Amino acid sequence: MSRVGWIRLAVITIAVGALELACRTGLIDHRVVIPPSEMATALVRLLISGQVNDQIARTFGIVIAAVAIAVVLGFALGLVIHAVPRLRQALEPFFATYYAVPIFIFYPVMIAIFGLSAAPIVLMGVANAIVAMIIATLTGLDRVPRVLTKVGRVHRMGAFSTALRLKLPAAAPHLFTGVKLAVSYGFIAVIASEFILAPAGLGRVISDAYTDFNNPRMYALMLLLVIVATVVNMLLHVFDQRWAERRGIGRP
Amino acid sequence: MTKRVVDTLIIVAVILMFWQGLHWLVGETALPGPVPTLIYLVKFVPTARFAENAWATFIAFFYALIISYSLGLALGLWMGAHRLSGAVGEPILISLYTLPKITLYPVVLLIFGLTLPGRVTFGAMHGVLPVALLTMNAIRNIPPVYLKAARTLRLSKWQTTAAVLTPATLPEVLSGLRIGFTLTLLGVLLAEMFASKHGLGFLIINAMQILQTEEMISVAIMLFVFAVLANALLLWLEHRLHRRA
Repeated sequence: MSRVGWIRLAVITIAVGALELACRTGLIDHRVVIPPSEMATALVRLLISGQVNDQIARTFGIVIAAVAIAVVLGFALGLVIHAVPRLRQALEPFFATYYAVPIFIFYPVMIAIFGLSAAPIVLMGVANAIVAMIIATLTGLDRVPRVLTKVGRVHRMGAFSTALRLKLPAAAPHLFTGVKLAVSYGFIAVIASEFILAPAGLGRVISDAYTDFNNPRMYALMLLLVIVATVVNMLLHVFDQRWAERRGIGRP
Repeated sequence: MTKRVVDTLIIVAVILMFWQGLHWLVGETALPGPVPTLIYLVKFVPTARFAENAWATFIAFFYALIISYSLGLALGLWMGAHRLSGAVGEPILISLYTLPKITLYPVVLLIFGLTLPGRVTFGAMHGVLPVALLTMNAIRNIPPVYLKAARTLRLSKWQTTAAVLTPATLPEVLSGLRIGFTLTLLGVLLAEMFASKHGLGFLIINAMQILQTEEMISVAIMLFVFAVLANALLLWLEHRLHRRA
């Protein structure tokens, strides 16, 4: 690990250690925050007991479904919008303001329409993730060098194989950025929706634990979410770096 | 320009038609049609109830924004100017940025209770990170030749800041402030939706629980319009600065 990496690890360790110390010495009330070590043991115990495993599976299932729909549909819509410049021009201001609107204000509307089930949660996940994917697809297709289309024509490649073998790899880094954003936006939307109102799921369990003053369970599941979010981000980051390196080497 | 207006009008018309169609599909109680809802909105917005809750949201948003901006700019400045701090801190900030911060809201509630400071803190938690990250990037991206020129001209530290650093970083910093604005608003509204007895977020959730769908959609539309207008204004400022740069 690099020097910077070690320093970062030290900073995080000191921060967690300080929290532990503050909780142990009573500087922070036990009813407000429990020591990190207790959070970890509570999480391990909770996972072994299997009490909330189905809720965890439900939430991550919804996240995966929402992200998959957003990525596939967003890519397809991006292709269509890119092919029709007039449509794109009309939608451009819409895209520019989309993420300025706090879309959770429409979650209750979704519940009114679809009832209190998994459907509105999936929809919120898709709605929050899909536009990032569409924008990434458009940028990716914009950045495909014109020369590649010419190469395709010189080699008498059809529209489909040009798209698959030339355009897709050329646009891939941007598409991957879209996927990265879709994962984190989808995750945020699903968890937040479950928190506000949901029949089940991890967000609901945490919010119930908060209402019941069940701090060990609440902090254990918060820790779980923080770990999952960090690990997923790190994995995506590593993929991204690898990809950039490979392209860097492959370039003449 | 006129073509653009026509396009926007077409999009609005498509949305309204979609809304009407969905209304026919799911029925009156689940989703009222656009016409009765808009009539309700016109009557509801001037009432004291709306004004009180809008004011509550505005106050929380205002304080949260001040904290987001001052803390975010200070963090960004420090991490941009001090290379090691930036290299150490950036990945930490980015992973905090992608964390669903609503998970941490119960902690805020345990500390502050159902009070204004709790909602302000939660809003600021959302806004600080983009402001800090984009400010840091803006400072890092200053071409070294600018600083060399400042040194050649023997500018003092303050002169360098005022005449070189500020104009060079302003457009990107402003993008950070725009995103910070959006996310702070989101944070405040989420806080009100999850646990509060005041504010527009509370009004939406309350309307849902008593099946007052017209009111719910009216509040959502008002927030939508506010967010879009504020964003348009900030984007316009940003474009002007970019053109000047």
